[in-house]
Amino acid sequence: MKNIKKYLGLMLVMSMVVVLAAGCGNKENNSATNDGNASSGKKGSVYFLNFKPEIAEIYEKIAKDYEAETGVKVKVVTAAAGTYETKLKSEISKSEAPTIFQINGPVGFQAWKDYTLDLKDTKLYSYLSDKSLAVTEGEGVYGIPYVVEGYGIIYNDAIMKKYFALADKAVSISSTTEINNFDTLKAVVEDMTAKKDQLGIKGVFASTSLAAGEQWRWQTHLANLPLYYEFKDNTEFDNTVLAGLASKEVEFKYNDKFKNIFDLYTKNSVTKESLLGSKSVADSMAEFALGNAAMVQNGNWAWSQINDVDGNVVKAEEIKFLPIYTGMEGEEKQGLAVGTENYLAINSKASAENQQASIAFLEWLFSSEKGKAYVTNDLGFIAPFNTFEESEKPADPLAKEVSAWMEKDLTSVAWTFAAFPSEEFKNVFGDALLQYAQGNKTWDEVVTIFKDTWKAEKAK
Amino acid sequence: MEKSIKKYFALFALPTIIAFGIAFVIPFLLGIYLSFTEFTTVNDAKWIGFGNYIKAFSNQEFLNALGFTVKFTVLSVLTINVFAFILAMLLTRKLKGTNVFRTIFFMPNLIGGIVLGYIWQLIFNGILYKFGVTLTSDATYGFWGLIILMNWQLIGYMMIIYVAGIQNVPKDIVEAARIDGASRSKILRNVTIPLVMPSITICLFLTLSNSFKLFDQNLALTAGAPSKQTSMLALDIYNTFYGKTGWEGVGQAKAVVFFALVALIALVQLVITRRKEVEN
Repeated sequence: MKNIKKYLGLMLVMSMVVVLAAGCGNKENNSATNDGNASSGKKGSVYFLNFKPEIAEIYEKIAKDYEAETGVKVKVVTAAAGTYETKLKSEISKSEAPTIFQINGPVGFQAWKDYTLDLKDTKLYSYLSDKSLAVTEGEGVYGIPYVVEGYGIIYNDAIMKKYFALADKAVSISSTTEINNFDTLKAVVEDMTAKKDQLGIKGVFASTSLAAGEQWRWQTHLANLPLYYEFKDNTEFDNTVLAGLASKEVEFKYNDKFKNIFDLYTKNSVTKESLLGSKSVADSMAEFALGNAAMVQNGNWAWSQINDVDGNVVKAEEIKFLPIYTGMEGEEKQGLAVGTENYLAINSKASAENQQASIAFLEWLFSSEKGKAYVTNDLGFIAPFNTFEESEKPADPLAKEVSAWMEKDLTSVAWTFAAFPSEEFKNVFGDALLQYAQGNKTWDEVVTIFKDTWKAEKAK
Repeated sequence: MEKSIKKYFALFALPTIIAFGIAFVIPFLLGIYLSFTEFTTVNDAKWIGFGNYIKAFSNQEFLNALGFTVKFTVLSVLTINVFAFILAMLLTRKLKGTNVFRTIFFMPNLIGGIVLGYIWQLIFNGILYKFGVTLTSDATYGFWGLIILMNWQLIGYMMIIYVAGIQNVPKDIVEAARIDGASRSKILRNVTIPLVMPSITICLFLTLSNSFKLFDQNLALTAGAPSKQTSMLALDIYNTFYGKTGWEGVGQAKAVVFFALVALIALVQLVITRRKEVEN
């Protein structure tokens, strides 16, 4: 009897261990057979870690379509807004790691260097209409941009027309297109604030969102302008991003220009300065869409955010762009800020079959008829590839405006923020801006924080 | 019976031990190892010795977060336990509807921290708007916001534990004390409190460790704004690990320090209050 019990117990333990081992082993077996399949000439699979939550559904549709057409499995996973790096960090250490992921320019490349495949010999790279847009190091090409975007001050032309039709307007110009420097902009905005009841708006500018995680329009996009001009003065480099990357310290010498426009935004806004800490980008886009504000600083990607707001009163043809004027000398010749921070990279640690499959998928997306239709019509990308015809450009009003501004005889402001030292730098600066807006910090303190943080983050 | 339990101890404990090993011991040891390395992902770590610890302790943000956390913990442990005890005393009297009240007070504890944080953010901002400020205008608003939020969430839970403790106090002892002419406050001080000491041990432990480890509520309510002045240790570790490229190892080192701190404080507290427990 005793023995029976003993054996029973032993058997139980054994069976448990077997179950556990089987549980663990199963996966290995699976992946082993997968690899086996792949090496015996079968297709690899694609795992695309998507950066833009607003277009996640479209990517899933594309994946399904591609799988139906070619039989290659495409898995799309989307990181929630603001969590891409976090997600990538955890996903890439898994055994089934993303094969296509995204880096945000030269700084992001430094962090993911060990994981990016050289794409110099791919067709995808050869499609690029401007090869200098790619992220390169030495001879290698490690990041391919897939979308060009532009940002500036978006305005509602209906409200602007209403203002310029007023008999007692204080400015001499008669249309928004005549605004071509900061002084004119300021005069118009301040006069509009004085007459906001007549215009039926709550403020000229939509809220300057300064809640945590919502300040990127100021600590990144707006800060881009003074630094672009500062690095442009450095004639040793032919490109402001390179000049920025080489700068261990910055003077922030055009900080007064930044202050000009930032003050204009906060003092003529829908929301009081002291309340900005609770406002989000979505809030300000809604204010614009509902006609509470005449202007808002954002990029062409904001179209869906304007269009999708319930009770939207702004007509598509009334939405226009204006460059961000800050009071720089010669800014009459300044255009929108055009560039990209979205670069596709292929995981160099994935299996060769999966790498090939991933590259093939991207090439299909950006060169086949079906793929291009998705890119233009559904994703709404202005794609920087020569495979796209003139007629294959997106049709939403903001993207059209970006294209139109690029064709004018103006200098587009490059996206110099690719050279900003780190996310940490941007966040510290954003926090300082909030404290300045709330009146807890002086402008000089903000400037000092900006310079010190840049230096500290670059020194790492 | 006892003998066979001893004999098959290994058999019954084995599944738990395996699970514990996989889910706790291995990640824990790996985490300690990682705190001595420099890494981007956990697969490619490079040994660098104590560098991360030095960096962590020379990091002003970490020290600020530590100070803020200690301040928050002391105050919230005090307020939560005092209010919970008072409520428990009230709800063990023979009042009408005590069960309904107990349920209502307990309910906040069932809501997740992130949701609570956002709801209270709306409430606080709604009130502060009237005065032209927001929760992020000043670190003191965030601090008191967190205290109120934490009280609201934990008082009910602690109250339930105190209620159980108070109900266990033998009626005859209280009655004997009353007959001997002891006043209400005397009974409370010399009879009730010593006898509910086990509950106090548990409640102090729970509030202390929960306040020290607070993360979700902190993230949702203020996210550290303004300028990280209201970020607590857990949030600071999270931000170091995910927010700063090249600082993953430092984040890990902070996490190890954090673990040691929580363990130490909780143990000391347990030893101290255990000593005060009496048999009834």
